[in-house]
Amino acid sequence: MTNPLSRDQMAARVARDIADGAYVNLGIGLPTRVANYLPQDRDIFLQSENGLLGMGPAPAPGDEDPELINAGKQPVTLLSGGCFFHHADSFAMMRGGHLDVCVLGAYQVSVTGDLANWHTGERDAIPAVGGAMDLAIGAKQTFVMMDLLTKTGASKLVEACTYPLTGLGCVSRVYTDLAIFAVGPSGASVIETVDGLSIADLRKLTGLAFES
Amino acid sequence: MIDKEVATAAAGVADITDGSSVMIGGFGTAGMPDDLIDALIERGVSDLTIINNNAGNGETGLAALIREGRVRKVICSFPRQGDSHHFDAAYRAGRLELELVPQGNLAARIHAAGSGLGAIFTPTGYGTLLAEGKETREIDGRHYVLEYPIQADFALIKARKGDRWGNLVYRKTARNFGPIMAMAAKTTIAQVSEIAPLGTLDPEVVVTPGIFVQRVVSIPASS
Repeated sequence: MTNPLSRDQMAARVARDIADGAYVNLGIGLPTRVANYLPQDRDIFLQSENGLLGMGPAPAPGDEDPELINAGKQPVTLLSGGCFFHHADSFAMMRGGHLDVCVLGAYQVSVTGDLANWHTGERDAIPAVGGAMDLAIGAKQTFVMMDLLTKTGASKLVEACTYPLTGLGCVSRVYTDLAIFAVGPSGASVIETVDGLSIADLRKLTGLAFES
Repeated sequence: MIDKEVATAAAGVADITDGSSVMIGGFGTAGMPDDLIDALIERGVSDLTIINNNAGNGETGLAALIREGRVRKVICSFPRQGDSHHFDAAYRAGRLELELVPQGNLAARIHAAGSGLGAIFTPTGYGTLLAEGKETREIDGRHYVLEYPIQADFALIKARKGDRWGNLVYRKTARNFGPIMAMAAKTTIAQVSEIAPLGTLDPEVVVTPGIFVQRVVSIPASS
């Protein structure tokens, strides 16, 4: 077997695919890490759903402002040229097709791009959806970032999601620790794999029939 | 002379009654009008329907309102958080009802109410549990869900400055739901850090025009 990508390597790999001038929303959790690897020579605008565009990194200790936070409610900064807006405008940016890319985590993604990332479906779980459904269907491109396999070895890239859906056919690309996939109406295909991993290996791990 | 300023938070919330629907601004604690909520708790009314993005954080604001058993129903997008224990306990005990709404639909439904729209067709949530049983329509090849406006009897919001006509400017990401909730409630009460003399707020940067605001309460920021 081979060495899976670390979380930081995954973040760096996603960052490489974000174009100069893109308006981008990074979801809570793992996708937030992509911000650390955005190429310095590109102007990339980070949007946070709670009302800022041009989001900068975390402030120095002591400089936190409780009224300047990101969607994960962590203190952030505003870059020069950034701005604030209210929630209707923020979600108009998504639904209105103004946001180029969003990067989200997932429990499962189907080969046709269905996304499940908000609810495990357990009966006693308290459901919480936040902006995930708006982001998933609103951004021009939705990228998912996740480990390919669960802790018990089940593939999270699936023929059809078994968890409750966040959006239908909304994901275009899936970045995992073992491979990058394109997903969509014509199914899943492998874009690249980590060194040493073959398409045959991926077929075995996922149970999916990728073209060679 | 129009003077929407009221002297105290208690006076601001004095006509909220049992069973009222109340929008509360804020995303987490940013923009949450804590002093107005404290006054509402003090007032002792219950059976409230609360509209907020979350369902309370820690021990203050909306969390305290839930802790005190004043809330019958919460309409929000993201109730479950690391410090939402008062909501979690009340929900699990069956003491309050939850209507979970995707965040953008929450904003759009509030905005629709404030704009006088009868309903909206939104693509968000189509094909998911949160659209089950709802009317759908295909428009130009895209699928939409019919969602109805959310209005309220009252909105409690927080702004940085206001004047006696109710014009408001906000501070950073504390703006969030304030401007749209102000539009969607019959009575909007704004907690501001400072009352500006009329005419001193730059008309080019007023975010909420005073027509949407009925009362302004000055609560200087404690620092």
